[in-house]
Amino acid sequence: MQYEAPETLAAAVELLAGTSGQARILAGGTDLLVQLHADMTDPDLLVDIKKIQELREITNVDGRFTIGAAITGAELGEHPDVKKIWPGVVEGLELIGSTQVQGRATIGGNLCNASPAADVVPALIAADAIVHVAGPAGRRQIAVEEFAIGPGKTSLAKDEIVVSLSFPPRGERASDAYLRFIPRTEMDIAVVGCGISLERDAHGICTQARVALGAVAARALLVPAAAAAIIGTSLDAAALDNLAAAASTACSPIDDKRGTIEFRTDVAGVLARRVAKIAYDRAG
Amino acid sequence: MDNSLDMQFSAGDKDLNYVGKRTKRPDGVDKVTGRARFGADTRLPGMLYGKILRSPHAHARIISIDTSKAEALGGVKAVVTRDDFEDRESEFVPAGEMMVNYRDMVRNIMAREKVLYDGHAVAAVAATSVSIAKKALKLIDVEYEILPHVIDVCDAMTPDAPVLHEDLITEGVDPVPTKGSNVAKRIEFKLGDVVKGFEQADEILEKTFDTKPVHQGYIEPHACLASCSESGSADLWCSTQGQYLVRAHCAKLMGMEISKLRVTPSEIGGGFGGKTVVFLEPVALALSRKTFRPVKMTMTRDEVFRATGPTSGANVRVKIGITNDGKITAAEAELKYQAGAFQGSSVQPGCMCAFAPYDLQNVDVVGWDVLTNRPKVAAYRAPGAPISEYAVECVLDELADRIGMDAVDLRLKNAAKEGTQTAYGPKLGPVGFVEVLQAVKSSDHFKAPLGANQGRGIGVGFWFNIGGETCVSMSVNEDGTLTLVTGSPDIGGSRASICNMAAEELGIDVEKINPIIADTSSLGFNFLSAGSRTTFACGMATIEAARNAIDNMRARVAQLWEVPVESVIWENGAARPASSNAGEFDPMTLPEIAKIAPKTGGPISGHAEINAQGAGPGFGAHMVDIEVDRETGHVKVLRYTVVQDAGKAIHPSYVEGQYQGGAVQCIGWALNEEYIYGDDGCLQNSGFLDYRIPLASDLPMIETIIVEVPNPNHPYGVRGVGETPIIPGLAAISNAISDATGLRMTALPMSPPKVLQALKQAQA
Ligand SMILES: Cc1cc2nc3c(=O)[nH]c(=O)nc-3n(C[C@H](O)[C@H](O)[C@H](O)COP(=O)(O)OP(=O)(O)OC[C@H]3O[C@@H](n4cnc5c(N)ncnc54)[C@H](O)[C@@H]3O)c2cc1C
Repeated sequence: MQYEAPETLAAAVELLAGTSGQARILAGGTDLLVQLHADMTDPDLLVDIKKIQELREITNVDGRFTIGAAITGAELGEHPDVKKIWPGVVEGLELIGSTQVQGRATIGGNLCNASPAADVVPALIAADAIVHVAGPAGRRQIAVEEFAIGPGKTSLAKDEIVVSLSFPPRGERASDAYLRFIPRTEMDIAVVGCGISLERDAHGICTQARVALGAVAARALLVPAAAAAIIGTSLDAAALDNLAAAASTACSPIDDKRGTIEFRTDVAGVLARRVAKIAYDRAG
Repeated sequence: MDNSLDMQFSAGDKDLNYVGKRTKRPDGVDKVTGRARFGADTRLPGMLYGKILRSPHAHARIISIDTSKAEALGGVKAVVTRDDFEDRESEFVPAGEMMVNYRDMVRNIMAREKVLYDGHAVAAVAATSVSIAKKALKLIDVEYEILPHVIDVCDAMTPDAPVLHEDLITEGVDPVPTKGSNVAKRIEFKLGDVVKGFEQADEILEKTFDTKPVHQGYIEPHACLASCSESGSADLWCSTQGQYLVRAHCAKLMGMEISKLRVTPSEIGGGFGGKTVVFLEPVALALSRKTFRPVKMTMTRDEVFRATGPTSGANVRVKIGITNDGKITAAEAELKYQAGAFQGSSVQPGCMCAFAPYDLQNVDVVGWDVLTNRPKVAAYRAPGAPISEYAVECVLDELADRIGMDAVDLRLKNAAKEGTQTAYGPKLGPVGFVEVLQAVKSSDHFKAPLGANQGRGIGVGFWFNIGGETCVSMSVNEDGTLTLVTGSPDIGGSRASICNMAAEELGIDVEKINPIIADTSSLGFNFLSAGSRTTFACGMATIEAARNAIDNMRARVAQLWEVPVESVIWENGAARPASSNAGEFDPMTLPEIAKIAPKTGGPISGHAEINAQGAGPGFGAHMVDIEVDRETGHVKVLRYTVVQDAGKAIHPSYVEGQYQGGAVQCIGWALNEEYIYGDDGCLQNSGFLDYRIPLASDLPMIETIIVEVPNPNHPYGVRGVGETPIIPGLAAISNAISDATGLRMTALPMSPPKVLQALKQAQA
């Protein structure tokens, strides 16, 4: 197995495009190294992207944040501004693993691993983030909800790299939140995850919302019907009931060792209520 | 049996300097710095790496094994299969509280006719690197004829279930069956007449409960290093609860003389009963014997889950009759325990403990030992007892509710005490169950208020505790320090406790004692660190060895003073004249005696070889507060108190540690831990991600109350404390959930999906 740690995107893309064997991109390695140890993958080439500057930056241009793909949970959590504007995205990434894992696990790795249960992804979908990709043909953008196409599968070509995620500008009374359900308190994989981003007006009416669910389908879902249930309301009991019902309806989970269909469907509604209330209070 | 010790207990009647004190842990520094050597840390030059090929099937006949391609791979030095292990006669020998059979053991370490569970060892390779060994495993061709399998204990008992061992005839039933089945054994314990007893009852409640097998969850996977010599002797280093039993098992399986095999135990990263049997050790020896090179083997976590012993899963029916004023009139239970792929579940101790906390007239307990296509169970703290006690304590709690009696009062009213006739045999000596229940009632926790969706539950437990064969030797060094040699692996702070007792006896500073745990060739036989025996039995032997050393020192001093030895007494770390009649002499301290030892007869030591008898049963109670999230079924543990009779806490910190660890294991067992099998009979959660033991963040600080009702058979009153703490918690947590929700769940684990489903069903 060949290991390379290029310092430019161009060099990384060239390495990926140039290999005839199987290549894997290495960010924090908290998914990939586990897969290597478990003999689930046996690549010929590992391209470590942690030395590429553009992937390691967080920028804020006129209120539009861009987060490099190789930013870790610990780095995002320590950033002074991102947490104020996108607390849900930050908490989604910070929920991953433990203190040790936080020092390695990246936002891009969580996205590219394409687990239906990945914790930051519902928060990114709710935030309407854009995925910036570099490849031999140059750059392209993908809406984050379109990025994963199934468990472990992304819409990236084999020689493409995720460079960063960018976020739309935020209004004054806007915020987001993410919660997941796990049987324990940490070090676990979401049985259901829910991210909601919303904006409210001066009267407390929700004017915009995006609701996303994780671990209830083959990939994280954007649920417009759930958002519609709260837009135009002040999140009264009826609106929250409708939200919960829409969230549960959107689920098409599987029965597996981590949860039953029934449980995931029920808890998706419960979490949607709880998350909406947190985001709403934060926005006020 | 050697019980020549002066058996008066000194707990209350003499000032103790070390016993009962929180002295420094001798092994502490090396453990926190990482210097301590665990199973995987021993290395030798020229060492090979061994890896095991494991069955991907739950049940299959092995048609053929072709290892030729693996043997041809560069770097591969040896391959072993069933052909490298001689078959053994059926012979049961004790391993902790469980029995093992060599005919089964040889099949468990390496499959012979059939593979009996997913993960069963089929072949092993030794190579110059781990990656070559792993590659070689892929080159071994095994042809299987896949057979139907059975995972559930009740399914395994049905007449048309797939049978694991066609020649297994059920013991203990009349008439003797003519056909083999999965039911190895029926046992029964009876007292009085339950039919009459139930007639006297005002309330009778009968319920059936299910529990899942759970793993001991030790953090350190099994690991060993074996080195065979052309001379026929061999060295083995491994992580174990008992080096002498490893020696016995390996010598038997390898056809070696015991004296030729030297086993050195490493530090141990947890065992909880699971490291009382052998898995890798005979395989590593076999690979080393083929190559005459050292062979190192370590399991991955996946292998630990798939192939090492969990405790039984079970189906338990309990029926209890009670009068309106809370007297139990009859108690009946039927226990069906999974043994896994070979007979020998923990159903017997499960039966014996079920009703042991109570003073009853009429008891009938029936147990079944049942085989399933799962790894063979191994001991897990108080093997079998948590399962039966869970069912009994849940039923009792509901009965207390029915007659409107406080749950603790109900238990107090029926509590076993000195003189109680147990259903399993003996009459109890002095025990501290009543004192434990009284301590529960007078605790702050018992009186604390509860909030919405919160509930409180209690449960109790009983464990026999054992003594057993033990050797200890100590040398008085020339500088006046002491080296203390025991043969009991320290699995819970026992070194500190043993040193406390030695220091107390000798009257010297505890920090002048350096304890070591010997290999099998350096000290006589010691039974396992199991059965809650170590501090009790190893402590007794240590006290006897110390008294022997004292006698030797008194003799040396008597010789110097030219007085009879009876005229020299030992007090506060020095030899002194027994009275003024003996003459006027300045006391001689231990260092002074040590310094002139060459002139008084040479080196001074003390030793003891005993079979410790008179272990005192341990009773405990757990009280737990939980909160249920009614929308998700999540159960949060808010407060937890363990109350238990320790007899005498020689080192309170490690007694508390035992109590706390047991409580945490109860929380995992009750709320989340379970083996998840697919329809193919393969284990799906062979890792700590999906086999959910509790995390620190899941737990409140576990509070402890040490009750001390001395065991009269131990010089300081010690009872074992290692096992009782895992018994009461399953019921305590179930009772707390019931208190919070009004629901009685009858299956473990009470994981969120199951709790939510139960809540929804109750609402509908
Ligand atoms: C103990 C532990 C606990 C965990 N807990 C959680 C948890 O609670 N929630 C959760 O969601 N996950 C969890 N994980 C999984 C993992 O930590 C996260 O998915 C993490 O975000 C992955 O990031 P990484 O940088 O380590 O990815 P890596 O392992 O380096 O990469 C993951 C995948 O993405 C690809 N990749 C990485 N970066 C890029 C890129 N820029 N462009 C293209 N492809 C890329 C890699 O090739 C690989 O396929 C846990 C893992 C461990 C070991």
